[in-house]
Amino acid sequence: MANMNPKRNEMPVQDPKVRSTNFNEVALGYTEEQAIDEAKRCLNCKNKPCVGGCPVKIYIPAFIAKVAEGDFAGAYDIISESSSLPAVCGRVCPQENQCEGKCVRGIKGEAVAIGRLERFVADWHNANADLSAVKVPASNGHKVAVIGSGPSGLTCAGDLAKKGYDVTVFEALHLAGGVLVYGIPEFRLPKAIVQKEIEGLKALGVKVETNTVVGKTISIDELMEEYGFESVFIGSGAGLPKFMRIPGENLKGVYSANEFLTRINLMKAYREGSDTPIQHAKRVAVVGGGNVAMDAARCAKRLGAEVYIVYRRGMEELPARHEEVEHAMEEGIIFKTLTNPTEILGYNNPEDRRDPMNGFVTGMKCVEMELGEPDASGRRRPVEKADSEFTLDVDCVIMALGTSPNPLIKSTTEGLETEKWGGIIADENGLTSRKGIYAGGDAVTGAATVILAMGAGKTAAAAMDEYLQNK
Amino acid sequence: MFEIVKREELNPTVTRMVISAPNCARKAEPGQFIILRTDAEGERIPLTIADFDREKGTVTIIFQVVGGTTEKLNHMKEGDCLQDFVGPLGKKTHTDGLKKVAVVGGGVGCAIAFPVAKKLHQLGCEVHSIVGFRNKDLVILEKDFEENSSKVFKMSDDGSWGEKGLVTDALTKLIESGEQYDEVITIGPLIMMKFVCGVAVKHNVKCVASMNPIMIDGTGMCGGCRLTVGGKTVFACVDGPEFDGALIDFDEAMARGTMYRDFERHKHEETCNLFAKEVK
Repeated sequence: MANMNPKRNEMPVQDPKVRSTNFNEVALGYTEEQAIDEAKRCLNCKNKPCVGGCPVKIYIPAFIAKVAEGDFAGAYDIISESSSLPAVCGRVCPQENQCEGKCVRGIKGEAVAIGRLERFVADWHNANADLSAVKVPASNGHKVAVIGSGPSGLTCAGDLAKKGYDVTVFEALHLAGGVLVYGIPEFRLPKAIVQKEIEGLKALGVKVETNTVVGKTISIDELMEEYGFESVFIGSGAGLPKFMRIPGENLKGVYSANEFLTRINLMKAYREGSDTPIQHAKRVAVVGGGNVAMDAARCAKRLGAEVYIVYRRGMEELPARHEEVEHAMEEGIIFKTLTNPTEILGYNNPEDRRDPMNGFVTGMKCVEMELGEPDASGRRRPVEKADSEFTLDVDCVIMALGTSPNPLIKSTTEGLETEKWGGIIADENGLTSRKGIYAGGDAVTGAATVILAMGAGKTAAAAMDEYLQNK
Repeated sequence: MFEIVKREELNPTVTRMVISAPNCARKAEPGQFIILRTDAEGERIPLTIADFDREKGTVTIIFQVVGGTTEKLNHMKEGDCLQDFVGPLGKKTHTDGLKKVAVVGGGVGCAIAFPVAKKLHQLGCEVHSIVGFRNKDLVILEKDFEENSSKVFKMSDDGSWGEKGLVTDALTKLIESGEQYDEVITIGPLIMMKFVCGVAVKHNVKCVASMNPIMIDGTGMCGGCRLTVGGKTVFACVDGPEFDGALIDFDEAMARGTMYRDFERHKHEETCNLFAKEVK
């Protein structure tokens, strides 16, 4: 009998006052009882709209039915048919716009908490499964290369390894995981979980080569001609951080979100005694309204700062996941929406050119905005209010404005076509303008989500398999 | 892991290490850099490639002890392994069509100026190396420059080695005496490069400076290494590290370089104390 409670089971979380001072995971996860109770809210309806909302088409009602029965191993098997990284997706997918957004229970009440159930199942598996029992699939004799170990690359690698391909993943940084390790903070996605997922791929026979910058250390053509890789997937991710091109952006104390987050997440600069420095600012302005902006703001908060989100549109238009905005608000992040920076101000002591404070940020000039007519994206265009200039008293500014594609691979791979803005051109199967070379994720679409990148990795893996089997 | 196959102290604070890194050695060119980590908890630091041997699969780095990481690195011995070593990164020095070049190096920057001089010399270019140090105890690579330049002009602040004076004095004198350079390439402290570029600009000679700002990933992702060149923001790691010296905003680069100065100083002391304790 289905559980007809219109409300979903609350996710246990760390108290906001406590968590805003530590980097431990915010959401604590369902207990077995909560998971089973929540799973029983699924009506197992005929149309299964949730599956259509999932970029990797997880057979959602089937895994939920297993959870309801208490068969968590069975639930995991169903999820892993479609997803390589369930512990990650259960935590970072924008479920409200995907599976949960389509759930029929959401019409008169709250949608089934599909993401939380996915996380529960994946965590249960990680706690109870024996990796040594994983069998390396029989080799099919084909060698493929995956460039980048972020969500698209790991998904592509996992799917191909399961089919018996000899897969090598090349990663530029010293640690695999891409944005999952350098971008998304520990309190939202513990790094141990990412490493566990990568260990799972290695158990399937996937090789990971870190410290290899494809386009510099080695080129795609060399991989194919000299090293015998028959097909290559490019999942090199988003690239160079964007800045606003306003005065003062190169002052000390102005970071790109990429730099700020990399110092904290990858380099562990938040830990006492870390070799990597980070500014411990008193008041921080994060410019932008996406998930990356929320992550940067919440990290800055945990380093002890008072933090503002500065966003030129309104609260309704924030592109971040609802849950991230809610969590940020609970943690005391101050939202200065309909606000746009015009200049970053720096300290300058004209008496003493050697004053160590020279060149550090002292404030940010902003103007207030109001929403005008909708623009090409359908969102109402923010326009400046007359005489609304004011100065925000901050000593650190973090620019979270998105990224533009990295030119390294494009400039070293002849015949690889890109869009005018730099994104790699790929068809619906991920095939680029070069035979045997596929691409997906942010390198193709520009900055998007983990799950869309995973979907692209999955699609490309299927296409690469077909290409190599018919070669 | 990347083995230190040779370690040699060039002067009390500057050390040369030959690192086994075959993939990097295969592609390395003068002007490019690498990023390394000494240990699993270490920070990522960029160092410009000082030399490479494709056959042996080695890359040479030369570094001055300035902070915690270089202190740690300096304590590593032959046979020890670096945790991470990635490269080559950045663009190589542009050498096409150059017939006569002044290579101006200062201090430990000479370590990076040397492979540029060597490459140009091998290409048959007339190389005038102008190298400067504070005093004779700090001199590095004297023979290497002599063997790879048409002429070497040696300068020291106190006159204890070569001629007393600055590299800019030597460069000015050479240009004013009628030497016509296709290009001046300069590598050293920012303040020195600023003035070298000033001399070149004044005499209408093209000038290229090799920048070494703070960076993390070295692949264009973090933007920490940004500089203003010709009024535009560029990233040293992917757009450089060499830029047109006439267009670089050196004052901004100098300010940005001091972002973590207190942290570095503190970290250096802390690391020194740690090693001092171990010795006892």
